[in-house]
Amino acid sequence: MTAITKQEIAALPVEFKLNGRTVVGRADETIIETARHHGIEVPHLCYKPGLRPDGNCRACVVEIKGERVLAPSCCRYPQDGMEVTTDSARAVASQKVVLELLLADMPEQRHTLDNELDRWARKLEVGLPRFPGRHQPAADASHPAIAVNLDACIQCTRCLRACREEQVNDVIGYAFRGDHSKIVFDLDDPMGASTCVGCGECVQACPTGALAPARGAGLVEADRKVDSVCPYCGVGCLMTYHVKDNRIVQVEGRDGPSNHGRLCVKGRYGFDYVAHRHRLTAPLVRKAGVPKSRDFVVDPDKWRDAFREVTWEEALDLAARGLREIRDRHGRQALAGFGSAKGSNEEAYLFQKLVRTGFGSNNVDHCTRLCHASSVAALMEGISSGAVSNQVSDVAKAEVVFVIGANPTVNHPVAATWMKNAAKRGTKLIVADPRRTELARHATRFLQFKADTDVALLNALMYTIVEEGLVNEAFVRDRTSGYEALRENVKKYPPERMAPVCGVPAETIREVARLYANSGASMILWGMGISQHVHGTDNARCLIALAMMTGQIGRPGTGLHPLRGQNNVQGASDSGLIPMVFPDYQRVDDPEARKRFEAFWGMELDPKPGLTVVEIMNAAKKGEIRGMYIMGENPAMSDPDVDHAREAMAALEHLVVQDLFLTETAYLADVVLPATAWPEKVGTVTNTDRMVQLGRKALEPPGDVREDLWIINEIARRIGLDWSYAHPRDVFNEMRGCMDSIAGITWERLERDSSVTYPCEKEGDPGTPVIFTTHFPTATGRGKFVPADLIPAAEQPDHDYPMVLITGRQLEHWHTGAMTRRAGVLDAIEPEPVASVHPLDLAKLKARPGDVITVESRRGSISLYARVDEGTPAGAVFIPFCYYEAAANALTNPALDPFGKIPEFKYCAVRVTKGGATPMRMSFGGGQAPLPAARVTARD
Amino acid sequence: MNDRADAATPARRSKVRAAPKGRQTEPQALAEVRQLLGDAPRRRDLLIEHLHRIQDRYGSLADRHLVALAHEMRLAMTEVYEVATFYHHFDVVKDGAAAPPAVTVRVCDSLACELAGARGLLEKLPKALGKDVRVLHAPCIGRCEQAPAATVHRHPVPNATVEKIQALVSARSLAHPPARDRATFAPESFIEPLDTPGAGSTVSPAYVGYDTYRKGGGYRLVAECLAGGHDAESIIQKMEHSGLRGLGGAGFPAGRKWRIVRAEPQPKMVAINIDEGEPGTFKDRVYLERDPHRFLEGMLVAAWAVQGGACYIYLRDEYHGCRAILEKELARLKDDPPCALPPIELRRGAGAYICGEESAMIESIEGKRGMPRLRPPYVAQVGLFGYPTLEHNFETVYWVRDILEKGPEWFAGFGRNGRKGLRSFSVSGRVKKPGMHLAPAGITVRELIDEYCGGMLDGHRFYGYLPGGASGGILPAAMADIPLDFDTLNKYGCFIGSAAVVILSDRDRATDAARNLLAFFKEESCGQCTPCRVGTAKALALMERRDWDQPLLNELSQAMMDASICGLGQAAPNPILCALKYFPQERG
Repeated sequence: MTAITKQEIAALPVEFKLNGRTVVGRADETIIETARHHGIEVPHLCYKPGLRPDGNCRACVVEIKGERVLAPSCCRYPQDGMEVTTDSARAVASQKVVLELLLADMPEQRHTLDNELDRWARKLEVGLPRFPGRHQPAADASHPAIAVNLDACIQCTRCLRACREEQVNDVIGYAFRGDHSKIVFDLDDPMGASTCVGCGECVQACPTGALAPARGAGLVEADRKVDSVCPYCGVGCLMTYHVKDNRIVQVEGRDGPSNHGRLCVKGRYGFDYVAHRHRLTAPLVRKAGVPKSRDFVVDPDKWRDAFREVTWEEALDLAARGLREIRDRHGRQALAGFGSAKGSNEEAYLFQKLVRTGFGSNNVDHCTRLCHASSVAALMEGISSGAVSNQVSDVAKAEVVFVIGANPTVNHPVAATWMKNAAKRGTKLIVADPRRTELARHATRFLQFKADTDVALLNALMYTIVEEGLVNEAFVRDRTSGYEALRENVKKYPPERMAPVCGVPAETIREVARLYANSGASMILWGMGISQHVHGTDNARCLIALAMMTGQIGRPGTGLHPLRGQNNVQGASDSGLIPMVFPDYQRVDDPEARKRFEAFWGMELDPKPGLTVVEIMNAAKKGEIRGMYIMGENPAMSDPDVDHAREAMAALEHLVVQDLFLTETAYLADVVLPATAWPEKVGTVTNTDRMVQLGRKALEPPGDVREDLWIINEIARRIGLDWSYAHPRDVFNEMRGCMDSIAGITWERLERDSSVTYPCEKEGDPGTPVIFTTHFPTATGRGKFVPADLIPAAEQPDHDYPMVLITGRQLEHWHTGAMTRRAGVLDAIEPEPVASVHPLDLAKLKARPGDVITVESRRGSISLYARVDEGTPAGAVFIPFCYYEAAANALTNPALDPFGKIPEFKYCAVRVTKGGATPMRMSFGGGQAPLPAARVTARD
Repeated sequence: MNDRADAATPARRSKVRAAPKGRQTEPQALAEVRQLLGDAPRRRDLLIEHLHRIQDRYGSLADRHLVALAHEMRLAMTEVYEVATFYHHFDVVKDGAAAPPAVTVRVCDSLACELAGARGLLEKLPKALGKDVRVLHAPCIGRCEQAPAATVHRHPVPNATVEKIQALVSARSLAHPPARDRATFAPESFIEPLDTPGAGSTVSPAYVGYDTYRKGGGYRLVAECLAGGHDAESIIQKMEHSGLRGLGGAGFPAGRKWRIVRAEPQPKMVAINIDEGEPGTFKDRVYLERDPHRFLEGMLVAAWAVQGGACYIYLRDEYHGCRAILEKELARLKDDPPCALPPIELRRGAGAYICGEESAMIESIEGKRGMPRLRPPYVAQVGLFGYPTLEHNFETVYWVRDILEKGPEWFAGFGRNGRKGLRSFSVSGRVKKPGMHLAPAGITVRELIDEYCGGMLDGHRFYGYLPGGASGGILPAAMADIPLDFDTLNKYGCFIGSAAVVILSDRDRATDAARNLLAFFKEESCGQCTPCRVGTAKALALMERRDWDQPLLNELSQAMMDASICGLGQAAPNPILCALKYFPQERG
């Protein structure tokens, strides 16, 4: 109801009297806000800027002349001539009674350092409450991250609004009534047994500590607070570390452009990995005679079996000498490097520069190859730009949002909140995915299409658009080329014929096509469900075509948004951590571009595009690649058919790995260089929205750990490069010299604003959130349609392997789990490897939920626990790839998309049987909630 | 625990979540819910209706059904749970706990029933009925003239005794007896002092059915309106001239309300409030169970006059007999409409006094917890489903036909002591003839007792009275000559509200009455705002002490009146303040 009135209220100035003074407010600004602007404080508890005002606590009541009762200043808008008194005897009497009533029900023990109720009670000099207290509810310590102490609850429902209206996780409710009213989770279940996803938004919202960080973390007074950006997914949430004694005790969401204070469970509770006992604190060198093999067993506690600690000098000399000798003996193509999408832009840039100028080849790649390489291939081919056209926040401006092959509530949780917010406001959300995800509940239409049939579904949508005359002819005429071929091609795919193929009724396909084409603004977002197929590039081509034929690109609320998975996969790609392109996607085989970089870096460069991730592994196995430098990547877990990858790395003559932990990849290394974690260094990262954001140093690294930039610099010097980068700022400034897209972003601006959107070509440019508004950055300015036909997955289910394996991630575990499985809270929530199976399939196996099952493919076999899940389609099994003890990538098929060279992680044939070996206990925290965050407890 | 041994045993599995987070939908429960819902729409606003289906079928709301219903309606589990636990008539059963016994006896313990011995019933019944019958106390069930009143499942028991209840229970006579539609009825028949229609009569008096109503000229007015026989402006003027005011308690002039809503942009809604829950009030039931079409016609005329769309009728769940009548008569009306009808929806409450508050009722119709909205914006601007809404109490529209047919002067022609119009007084307590008495506005309580109620009960001396139900305050016998009407009582800290008059005698204490009323308010507070949720609880706790802390009670009362969101919290202190002010002798 407020939405409607708000629309009606114009933002006009309103003159009214406030405590006797004439003030000018706005018709759309509440009295409490205007009062604050004029330095007048009104007590308030249920009101919190950013949350919808609810007006339930009544602490902010004020007197309005002529009105019978007092009015809540957090909900009332001023009117011309209104006479408002916030401090009249009558108003203050009520404010104080409200505070006293609530105070009477507060517990002795406090749960937060900053209890807003206490603060206001002190300010208003409310003494000891004169009312009898209530019967107090028991504490609920069932959740590893959040302590529920409803004895401090004042029923202000800030947590509920945070959970339901901001994050739209819909876990918290307000149940019962009267003085029995109670904040509940789901059906009044213990929080730890509820559907709670641990985002902690409720904790951030709670004014009294009734919802507080578990184990007293909220009672630790921080030494300092450091603003930074989250190291997990591509959303790029800005946040603030609370640091005490060189430990992060708490993390708070900051008002960043992509998150506006919101965080998810990883970003809020996933930081103790930096202090995990497995952390490498000194360089390691492989002991002489310890063999490398693909079937090693990882036991981080027994690293001494294979490695010995050495000094940095020794480690760097050994590392560099091995690389140098291979280069000098076997030529430039015998070396390769994997950079990381988890490092900073500066690290990525220096790393690829090291490979290109030091190793002398373009054999540098990173995990973008495994994520969106096909999306980028299609985008480069069609519109010559791999970046998103519109930012996630544009979903608020869209009438239709089409999410396909993405599970953002798990993989981009904060981005998902904006989608859910939009859906709540009436935006039509269309979700297409073989798995029914949480987002599906919010969807206007959910298309649970059969895995591997993306092109069938998308071509049928385009067929409908053509057949029903929904094509934006003007856009096609003015801004595209190749439409006729596309039109002819989609004629082969009427919805009625594709319905049995993709499993979506023809009428639904038609309806969705109309919705998408006819709306004023439609936006497409996709994830790895689109890209990780042998037809991933085709899938993306269809999405590009869909947007162009309907003209749904180039305006706010429209466009194409491949959701980037890692915090810096966009930036690492931009910075040139790709074998075919220099920074800013300038092709290495383009003589102009090469000339520019040869001049810029002052040496001759290899004109031949380098090998990609999987190609490098193949080459290593064949002995063509003999030495590698891997910074922050874990191909021993993340590559398809990991046995093959591990075998390939074991075959290397010389492997240097730079990481935080002795990862599965580091186990195969000759030299392991202990690196800094994200909170221990300064650097920029670029999120999925093309926002370049500054991460700041909050912690001193442990032991003899060194900053990554310094390590790269030292390696470079030892293989013959004359480098002396002292600070990330120096690297960033060099990058601006060769990357037009960020040329206008100064380090000072990043320090001031924390976030700048590119393209930002000149200093002072505000940044460009929506691109392609007038033309595409192709030679002709036109976007190119590329038709696609049905190509089946490389490996189809058959008699021996009758089911389909879909791999992906889960909310708590990041990528290969190196960080998150060492984060106490995240490990406690998801300690063991699980496979999601449809209840009917589980019944067929005669297995119960929680039983051990074995999943085998032609490449490997793993045993893990069955999780019954109605969202998983019958006939398929979903396994997250973060579990070493049951590595999903032991099963996956390394078949590649021919254009993006991305492996088919989303589809291979498997056999599932009941039983198998109980998975090794690999949860690095034992699945237990961590110990108290600090020894410090409440002062009183 | 030994880790190694653990690894081989099933206990090793304890850390693995065998399903996604939280409760999962059970296929069996989902099938049951789907079957119950049939092809009914899964819209959010039907949540309470759907909960009723499950409660009616299974006698409780098992957690598995709530989870399945949430799944089916695409709601969050907690959205279903928070609504289900808000309403008294839903029995949520969790984690394999036993469902309540098949038979529930509810004994009303609101003031009139308490005066008539409800406490004794509540003490004796559990033993008399055994453990297969659940005995609950209930807030006012709208049968105050039949005090003490109870229900055996849905069967009302007027002037309840242990024996009467036992007989119904053992006969498993659980349904509301059906009513016959053979009556003729005219509202004016109540004007002359009559025998109380309720007392001693069956709980299901005969009523005026559709055919009879039409034969008596019913629905001619609305048909004329729709056919262009009247213009809305003149109809609204007539309503204004009649002086008819909102009879749910707030007393807003009906004609002015029509004018306001008419000026609002379309689409617009009409909502009729029959959530008659104010303790002491039963007038709407008395009319509805005799003459259901008169208010429907009034509603249709109002909808036409304000250019409203759909009409929603919200009926309290306790009125099972009325619901049966309405369902039947609405079907007849729709089968053989006298004119084009707007969509008419009958919605069933679920046991919540607060839903009589206009905005809480709207929330409830939308399928939510009945928590009043903050105003502004007013319901007339932003009401049901966000649209401008004309909301009226049942009785307000009940008079529309007679006012328009007989002329505004007819209605305004009644009155006493300088007041105008008619008031339907629900009288209960220590009088000889409790019941619904249609009397001139402005009548004094002394006149009402003497002329309409046959005087005080034998052996009782008039001691004090509640002029307007639980919220309207308590006045002493010494103030028995105040004209009873809107506005006349305000200066005494009282109001007439829905004209529910409860008479106290020398055997009663205002202090006890106030405590009963506060207990009621505490239980019926929606729990939204601090002054009401916490205030009613603390006030009651203070009142349960031997010595009342008068300054603190005054201070608390003022804050509740000033700072509560809705009328419940704002009026809840009235009994406290009246007891303090007018009955000081009771506390020595």
